[in-house]
Amino acid sequence: MAIEVRIPTILRTYTAGEKSVPAAGATLADLLADLETRHPGLRERLVDDGGLRRFINVYLNDEDVRFLGGLATPLVDGGVVTILPAVAGG
Amino acid sequence: MRFASLLESVGGTPLVGLPRLSPSSDIRLWAKLEDRNPTGSVKDRAALAMIEAAEADGRLTPGATILEPTSGNTGISLAMAARVKGYRLVVVMPENVSVERTQLLRMWGAEIIYSPAAGGSNEAVRVARQHAELHPDLVLLYQYGNPANSEAHYRTTGPEILADCPDITHFVAGLGTTGTLMGAGRFLREHRPDIHVVAAEPRYGEVVYGLRNMDEGFVPELYDASVLTSRYSVGPREALLRMRQLLDQEGIFAGVSTGAILHAALAQATAAAAAGESADIVFIVCDGGWKYLSTGAYEGDLDEAEEALGGQLWA
Repeated sequence: MAIEVRIPTILRTYTAGEKSVPAAGATLADLLADLETRHPGLRERLVDDGGLRRFINVYLNDEDVRFLGGLATPLVDGGVVTILPAVAGG
Repeated sequence: MRFASLLESVGGTPLVGLPRLSPSSDIRLWAKLEDRNPTGSVKDRAALAMIEAAEADGRLTPGATILEPTSGNTGISLAMAARVKGYRLVVVMPENVSVERTQLLRMWGAEIIYSPAAGGSNEAVRVARQHAELHPDLVLLYQYGNPANSEAHYRTTGPEILADCPDITHFVAGLGTTGTLMGAGRFLREHRPDIHVVAAEPRYGEVVYGLRNMDEGFVPELYDASVLTSRYSVGPREALLRMRQLLDQEGIFAGVSTGAILHAALAQATAAAAAGESADIVFIVCDGGWKYLSTGAYEGDLDEAEEALGGQLWA
């Protein structure tokens, strides 16, 4: 199952500079585990014991996964997962 | 309507229906026209409330200087209120905002310190905090953590919406300081427990996310995720597309961030239609399009407008 994962500039050191990498998984947690096998060290930048790190936002098809089930969010083929650092507005 | 002074005319904005963009007679979209505030944005409510709260608790005294990090609208609102009330204002603003913001701030007499484009408003917050430490006499209102910001919306925006649209099922607004969503969202949920409170967050060009490390990310102290039911990240293309539809189909000339909010509102409308539910969806028009004319957002096709908007902070 292929899902496109968009990587923010600051984490591209883990993906050899790639803006977007494929990964697979039935849930977001599975996907992050799969990403870790291809890009070691990446997962730890995104999650800690409490789930997603505070300053990390992850979106499935533009919707924040924290409102979809967090790490248990189910994924389907063809989805797009976007990772972004939290920024201010106003 | 008559008011004793300009500041007293803040709020009380119209709620207008969108008969052409609403998908059916059962699913209705309503626009809360916050561009009808004195400086043309929703931020007049929070800015005035923060100044009045600081006056009430004695932090802000005659002749004082206010300091605030802002991507523009809050600074413009503060500049107007500070001018009327006799305070000086220093704003810290990212360098990658539209030229109109600088012009408007200077017009109302604000001094501007520019922060680097990389990092966006996060950098403005950092620079403002540094400046406040060096100059303890400055009064930092700090919109991201000032309870008067969200309270202004709890006290005014929320009740206005409920009075004009008692059948409201969805409230959709932009997520910046989170003040509008937290304040009005909380009020509306207390009165309509089943309401959907939906955030639309702008997704900028890469330069804005160019932080040095992930620990420099920023979540406003006002933010309480439990107020929201969903949160969307909306890119410039969708925001521009919706902003133009709002103009073409309903005649409303709004800024780019309002396009992002309309995009999220239309997603809720589509979901309600698919579920066979009726809905009254209220969304916030944050500001008018005037401040964005120089960005090219209204010229050429979508590709050209998206290119022109590039690495700018458009919300």
